Amino acid sequence: MSGQMKFKQFLGKYGIYLVLVAMVFAMSLMSPVFLSQDNLLNIVRQVSVIGLISLGVTLVIISKGIDLSSGSTLALAAVMAASFGQAGDWAAKMYPGIPELPVIVPILVAMLVGTVVGTVNGALVAKTGIPAFIATLGTYVSVRGLALLYADGRPVSTLTASYQYIGQGYILGIPLPVLLFALMALITWVMLNHTKFGKNIYAIGGNIVAAEVSGVNVQRNLIKIYMYAGMLAGLAGLVLSARLNTGQPGMGVAYELDAIAATTIGGTSHSGGIGTIQGAVVGALILGVLNNGLNLMGVSAYWQQIIKGAIIVTAVVIDMRKNAKKK
Amino acid sequence: MSYDYVLETRDVKKVFPGVVALDGISLKFRSGAVHSLMGENGAGKSTLMKILSGMYKPTEGEMLYKGVETVFEEPVESIRLGISMIHQELSPVPHRSVMENVWLGREPLIKPTPFVDHKKMYDDTKKLLDDLELSIDPRTIMAELTVAKMQMVEIAKAVSYNSEVVIMDEPTSSLTKKEVEHLFKIIRRLKDQGKAIIYISHKMDEIFAISDEVSVLRDGKFVGSYDAKDLNTDKLISLMVGRELNDLFPKVQCPITDVKLKVENLSSAGAFENVCFEVRKGEIVGFAGLVGAGRTEVMETIFGMRKKSAGTVSIDGKTVDIKTPESAIKHRLALLTEDRRQSGIFPMLDVKDNMVMAVIDKYRNSFMKLLNHKQIRSDCNEYKNKINVKTPSLEQKIMNLSGGNQQKVLVARWLLTDPEILILDEPTRGIDVGAKAEIHALITNLAAKGKAIILVSSELPEILGMSDKIVVMCEGKITGMIDRKDATQEGIMKYATMSS
Ligand SMILES: Nc1ncnc2c1ncn2[C@@H]1O[C@H](COP(=O)(O)OP(=O)(O)OP(=O)(O)O)[C@@H](O)[C@H]1O
Ligand SMILES: [Mg+2]
Repeated sequence: MSGQMKFKQFLGKYGIYLVLVAMVFAMSLMSPVFLSQDNLLNIVRQVSVIGLISLGVTLVIISKGIDLSSGSTLALAAVMAASFGQAGDWAAKMYPGIPELPVIVPILVAMLVGTVVGTVNGALVAKTGIPAFIATLGTYVSVRGLALLYADGRPVSTLTASYQYIGQGYILGIPLPVLLFALMALITWVMLNHTKFGKNIYAIGGNIVAAEVSGVNVQRNLIKIYMYAGMLAGLAGLVLSARLNTGQPGMGVAYELDAIAATTIGGTSHSGGIGTIQGAVVGALILGVLNNGLNLMGVSAYWQQIIKGAIIVTAVVIDMRKNAKKK
Repeated sequence: MSYDYVLETRDVKKVFPGVVALDGISLKFRSGAVHSLMGENGAGKSTLMKILSGMYKPTEGEMLYKGVETVFEEPVESIRLGISMIHQELSPVPHRSVMENVWLGREPLIKPTPFVDHKKMYDDTKKLLDDLELSIDPRTIMAELTVAKMQMVEIAKAVSYNSEVVIMDEPTSSLTKKEVEHLFKIIRRLKDQGKAIIYISHKMDEIFAISDEVSVLRDGKFVGSYDAKDLNTDKLISLMVGRELNDLFPKVQCPITDVKLKVENLSSAGAFENVCFEVRKGEIVGFAGLVGAGRTEVMETIFGMRKKSAGTVSIDGKTVDIKTPESAIKHRLALLTEDRRQSGIFPMLDVKDNMVMAVIDKYRNSFMKLLNHKQIRSDCNEYKNKINVKTPSLEQKIMNLSGGNQQKVLVARWLLTDPEILILDEPTRGIDVGAKAEIHALITNLAAKGKAIILVSSELPEILGMSDKIVVMCEGKITGMIDRKDATQEGIMKYATMSS
C-alpha cells in the first residue's frame, strides 16, 4: 500500500476529529476568549442537549430510519416533567394540590414520556411498514400539539432547586448536563458495540433481509431503537427545562434537525448500516464550536445559518467519497 | 423417533398474484445425500426452497420435518429446527465484519452479562474458516472481500448452523473453478456427517459431479426424481425444457471485417494497466480470467463508468473520449453489467420499464415529447418473445421475476439500444441451459450483422464455444491472447493463473 493510500485511509477514519481540532485552533486564533475555561464549559453544556438527542438519532439512522419527532418529544417531556417539578411555594402551579415532589419524579416522567413517544414511532415503523420519515413526521406534528395542549400553550416554570440543579449544577467543576451526556454516550457506545442489540441495529440497517433470515427479530428491534431514541429526547427535555427553569411547549423547535446534522457530520450514513457514537459526539461538538465561535466573532445569525448548512452538506459529500467504491 | 426422509413436501402449491409458482410439488429429501433440483429459470426452485426455509408460506400443501408436519411462521424457526440456507439473491451485511455476519442473530454472550463475547466470536469464526480451509480474516469487513470470498463466507455461515438440512441455491454463480472444488469438498464432508444437502445450479457438470439424486421441476410442476447415475446431460436437459435442445453453442463463422474498437495502453490506477486489444466488426472477443482479474473494470472504463488513468480508446479509427455511460451509449456502445442487483435492475419498476430504460428517448413523441406507450409495448413484447422472458405480463415488477428471467430482461434492454459494440459481462450467469442457448444464438446473430462483441465470462466452455479470439487477464494485466483454433481450457487456465 502506498503512503498516499495510507494517508487517505487515515483521513477517512480520523478526518472528522481533525476538522474539530482545526476548528478549535482557528477559533482560538480569531477570538482570545474562545479557549477560556468558562467558554469551553459553556460550549459543552450547550452541546449536551442536542448531543443527547443525537445519540438516539444515530441508532435510528444506522438502522436506516430517521426520527423527526425529537424536538417535539423534548417539548412534551419538558412540560410534563416540569409540571411535576414545580416549587412548592409557587403560586401559579399547574397542580396546586400536590406538594413539592422529589426530583426523581420529574426525571422518570421525562424518560417515560420520551419512551412512550418512541414506542409509538417504533410501532408505526415496524408494524405498519410505513417509512420512518412519514411515521415520525406524524408524531412530530401531533406531539407538539400534545405539548401545547398539556401546558395550555403556556410555560410551566419555577422549578424546585434540585430539578434546576440537573441543568445548572456542577460536579467536580463539570456541568451536570455534560456529565449526563458523557454517561449516556458511554452507555450507548457500549450498547452499540458490545451487545446483541447493537449488532442487530447494524444488520437491520445494512441488509434487512439478511438480518431477517438470520433470525434477527427485526420488528422488536426496530421498536426498541425508536424507544431508546425517544427516551433520550425525553432526557434532553429534562435537561433543557432544568437549565432554563421552565418547561415550554414551544421548546426544541428544529432540534431534531440539529441532531440529525450532528449525526451526519459524524459519519453516520443515511443508507444504513454505518455509523458510530464517537462520530455523533464529535459532530455535535463541531456544531457547538461553530455556533459559539461565530457568536464570539460577532457573525450575524443569518450568516451563521448559511455557514452551518454549507458545513453539513460538505461533511456528507466528503463522507460519501470515503464510502464510495474506490474508482 | 424414526423417519425415512428428513424433509418432505406434500402437494405444495404456491400462488403469487398472476403466477402459479409451484403446482403440487411432492419431494423427499434423505439424510446423508445430495439432492439436486433442476429446472429452467422460473421453474419454481427458489420458491420451493424459500418455503422450506420459512420465508414463504405455501398456499396449499404440507411439509414434514423428520416425519412431523411442520409450519414455519418465521425463518428463525427453520434455522432453530435445523434447516439452513444459502440464498440465491441474498447479499450479506456489507459494512460489518466477517465474524459479525457469520454469527448474526446468535452472537455469543459473556454470561451472565448482556455483552457480546467478541473473543469467542473471533475464535469460533477462525476455527470454522480454518476448518473449511478458507484463508479469510474474521475481522475483515465484508464489503472489502471479493464476491467469491463473500460467497464462501455465506457458505461457511450456512455450515456453522450445524443443521440437518443445508439448502444451497446457486451457490457457485460467482465462484471460480477452484472454489467450486473447494465447495464440493465441503459438501462431501457434510454428506459424510449425515446431513441432507439440497443443491441448485444451472451448471450441468456440477450437478453430475456432486448429486446422488436429481429432481426436475418445469413451470412449477414436478417432472420427476431420478438417481443421478441414471441420467446424462442430454436426458436431463430434455426433462428440464420438455424438448430436445439443439446446439448449446450455435457458433457460426461470419465475416470479420474492419477494426471497430481499439483499446491502447488503457490503465486505471489500482485496477488494471496497459490493456491493449481490438475488436473487429463481426468478431466475438472472449475475455477469460479468474474472478477479480480486472476484466469487469476494463469494461467499466471503456463504458465511461470508471476513470482511466492512461491510454486511448478509438472507435472506427477515431479516438473517442468517453467519460460517462451516456456518451458511451451515444457512441453506440452497450454494457450488460455483471452485477445484476447492484447496477442492473430497477427492482420496483416493471419489466417493460426496465427494458426500455436505456433508450427511453427513442420513444418520445414529437408531440410534447410524451412517451409512446404503444410502441414501447410492441417492442418489449417482441423482445420478450425473442429471448423467452417468463413473466405473467410486461407490467410485472421485475423484482418478482426469477433470477434468470431478470437477467434476460437486462439482455433485452441492451439489445433495444441497437448497439454497434456490445459488451456482455457474464451474460449467462444464473441462466438455464435453454435460455443460455437462446442468448448464445442471439450473440451469434448480432455478430453476423457486423456488430463487434466482447464477451466476458468465467465459464470456459462458453468462452471456448463462442469466441473468435480470447483475451486472458490475470491480476489486472493481459497475460495471453489466443486464437479460436489454438484455444484449449488448459491453455486459458495457464494464462489466467500466470501472475507476473
Ligand atoms: N415474490 C414473488 N411475487 C410474484 N411472483 C413471484 C415471486 N417470487 C417468484 N415469483 C414467480 O414464481 C416463479 C418461480 O420463481 P423462482 O424464483 O422460484 O424460479 P427459479 O426456479 O428459482 O428460477 P432461477 O433459475 O431463474 O433462479 C417465477 O415465474 C417468478 O416470476
Ligand atoms: Mg432461483
